Amino acid sequence: MSSIFQAVGAATSLSSSASFDTKKFQFSSSRSLLGKRASCVVVRCSGAKMDGGLNQIGGRADHLVTNAVATKADTPAASTASKPGHELLLFEALREGLEEEMERDARVCVMGEDVGHYGGSYKVTKGLAPKYGDLRVLDTPIAENSFTGMGIGAAMMGLRPIIEGMNMGFLLLAFNQISNNCGMLHYTSGGQFKIPVVIRGPGGVGRQLGAEHSQRLESYFQSIPGIQMVACSTPYNAKGLMKAAIRSDNPVILFEHVLLYNLKERIPDEEYVLNLEEAEMVRPGEHVTILTYSRMRYHVMQAAKTLVNKGYDPEVIDIRSLKPFDLHTIGNSIKKTHRVLIVEECMRTGGIGASLTAAITENFHDYLDAPIICLSSQDVPTPYAGTLEEWTVVQPPQIVAAVEQLCR
Amino acid sequence: MALLKSSKCIMHHLKSNKFRMLGFTSSVSNSLFSRHHHLLRTVSPPLLPNHARVKPSIAFSGRFESVCDGKQLHTATQFSNDINQLSSEAPLEEELNFPGGKVKFTPERIFTSGSDNERTQCYRVLNENGQLIVDSDLFKISKELAVKMYKDMVTLQVMDTIFYEAQRQGRISFYLSTTGEEAINIASAAALNNNDFVFPQYREPGVLLWRGFTLQEFANQLFGNKYDYGKGRQLAIHYGSKKHNYITVSSTVATQIPHAVGAAYSMKMENQDSCTITYFGDGGSSTGDFHAGLNFSAVMEVPVIFFCRNNGWAISTPISDQFRSDGIVVRGKAYGIPSIRVDGNDALAIYSVVYEARKMAIEKQTPVLIEALTYRAGHHSTSDDSTKYRPIDEMEWWRDNQNPVKRFRLWIENEGWWSDRVESEHRSNIRKQLSQAIQAAERVEKPSVTDMFNDVYDVPTKNLSEQEIFLRENIKKHAKDYPYNVIT
Repeated sequence: MSSIFQAVGAATSLSSSASFDTKKFQFSSSRSLLGKRASCVVVRCSGAKMDGGLNQIGGRADHLVTNAVATKADTPAASTASKPGHELLLFEALREGLEEEMERDARVCVMGEDVGHYGGSYKVTKGLAPKYGDLRVLDTPIAENSFTGMGIGAAMMGLRPIIEGMNMGFLLLAFNQISNNCGMLHYTSGGQFKIPVVIRGPGGVGRQLGAEHSQRLESYFQSIPGIQMVACSTPYNAKGLMKAAIRSDNPVILFEHVLLYNLKERIPDEEYVLNLEEAEMVRPGEHVTILTYSRMRYHVMQAAKTLVNKGYDPEVIDIRSLKPFDLHTIGNSIKKTHRVLIVEECMRTGGIGASLTAAITENFHDYLDAPIICLSSQDVPTPYAGTLEEWTVVQPPQIVAAVEQLCR
Repeated sequence: MALLKSSKCIMHHLKSNKFRMLGFTSSVSNSLFSRHHHLLRTVSPPLLPNHARVKPSIAFSGRFESVCDGKQLHTATQFSNDINQLSSEAPLEEELNFPGGKVKFTPERIFTSGSDNERTQCYRVLNENGQLIVDSDLFKISKELAVKMYKDMVTLQVMDTIFYEAQRQGRISFYLSTTGEEAINIASAAALNNNDFVFPQYREPGVLLWRGFTLQEFANQLFGNKYDYGKGRQLAIHYGSKKHNYITVSSTVATQIPHAVGAAYSMKMENQDSCTITYFGDGGSSTGDFHAGLNFSAVMEVPVIFFCRNNGWAISTPISDQFRSDGIVVRGKAYGIPSIRVDGNDALAIYSVVYEARKMAIEKQTPVLIEALTYRAGHHSTSDDSTKYRPIDEMEWWRDNQNPVKRFRLWIENEGWWSDRVESEHRSNIRKQLSQAIQAAERVEKPSVTDMFNDVYDVPTKNLSEQEIFLRENIKKHAKDYPYNVIT
């Protein structure tokens, strides 16, 4: 891209305004081992050399099965006392996951613009180049299509590259390689060549970054066959999804959000890997299912506080897996609540919400008591002016109003 | 090419052998050079000392640039005014120590011309009559190698003719021939090792043939039957074979160039005694991927051979409409890549060039650019009729006078290694094998419906499994609306 914005500025502005503590937005969280009443999360157990299957239940001995599910009963204090863990910010969690995988498997490497000694524009790769060398943490010239292609070529030879887009929007330049080669080559080669790449980077609407740097690429990529897409939203799931994505033999696109990098959370000391295809139950409830992901999760949880005060009991699910959707978790929720609200940052036309609406209507129509409401951004380029930018993103009052409408 | 040519062309050779971003003092730069050099060679380098942290936003600072003991780094424009602040070894204003090497100043304002007076020379060892040119510098090849090369060139020729015909008869949907480029295909393959990875465009099946892909395997892919390694998923001539280290052809032009660079990068990381080679045409050299791929490869110093088949035509676009540079070979210099131009119809020359390029690429860990001048003697593909945009006599001239197969045959016959009798035996043998292969491939079943959904991911996702079930039910319910031979 022609413009290289000062990414550091954006990150620090967030931290100065409010250092999010994810616990504020979780009514309860359980970090205990081997979940009590909470449903347990499946761990991807593919080792470096073996092909793991999707949706394998039960981890191997060396992986922990930990909870990614929040339950109402356990209070935060009780659970954190039982296992200390350590606190870090989301971008540090990503880095921790990345570093653990690089340590574990010498074939894992990183490539992207300014990922080397600069440490990445959001510092996700900070410290890795001095530790692993500038061949394994490679700075590339400015040609997204080509360094994505390079990653694909390296992957076909057995490496496991993580390709960083400085901003997800820049990956529009890599569309040819992602769609025509990354997604396709495993299939068209008859399974002879696999492409275990992870393509990751920050996207979403930030703080006045301008239209070109506020893209929601998940809309554009969701149709490409052969790729998987996940979106992280907390330090805990960021690390777990990063590790899972690296271990996956499929090409995975990991969507991070520019405004979430400085979220702080306490995560377990022990190693854990999350399931790429699972959604996360953020807050169980009875009245309405609210489906969301990435930054909108926090707007939803903010609205949830208001809703609880008004007497509603929303069930909030962070869908996390954007392709394929976790229709199992989502379906179970719909069968319970019969009402669905989707809150997303994508634009109305052709976004994740649009696909999710279609998938739910197709599969769970009989369980719905009301039409699905989907709150999205408008079909406009993201404006620069702060007020306009705020209006382009779904805000908590809209969410509250939508739930009230659904539950009438 | 009607371009203005300046009589005074001064070109400064900026790039030194190992390009490094150097500081303004030579003592600092030497130690950084060796450290930097070391780091690019190993997988796990030692930690950098603290003072060598990067200052990213300063112009021209290299990756391991120190801050020169607190002295401010200068930009080019400041240089002439701030001599006093530079360290003691700084030269006078006659030259600038700019990253990449010293640059001499001149008070004459001279624009280098877009092209040299003379075009880059073309390496050739066999003339059109198949005679070795006097004082040829080439790698001698054995009789066995020469005969295998020739036989494979003939096989390729016959294969092209017969498969092309099969398409015309409606037995396969599409075909693309290598007519005129047989030497490029076979001779380049012969000079490589089997563990050198190949990233083809689409006009290089000869490389696969050389490595042992059988006529039956070719036919299976063309018919997309269940024995096709691609499981019937790709268009005809999009061959791919992991066991032959030949990446599946992708229809997108030049996307294989960055792939080859990435693969070479992985070979460098794992210290392998091999290189990658990627082929593309004159048309492919116009793409963004070509530019970035060559640029990256030079920066990363990876062992990749870029082989450009300059055959004069990109479908209907002649090279005069494709670029205005002196072909593709001159572009290597723009990226800092050693390059050579070779006669694409001279099998011996191609062999020697690729042999040396490979050695260079691996021993020196450098990319190499080869431009082979040749002619696309056939149509672009079975979807094209090139007589619409080029004269028939031009095609015939190339076919007769520059025919690489004929030329090589003259040479091996002169050596006493070949004869008419052996030729006609070989040709009829191949023809028979081909017709058997085609008939056999035609009869084999197509892949089953399951193969439509496999390999999209490592394991099919739930929605894919549902879609498969839905399709199968449809086929069962409306069997007469589906092809009779669809295998469920």
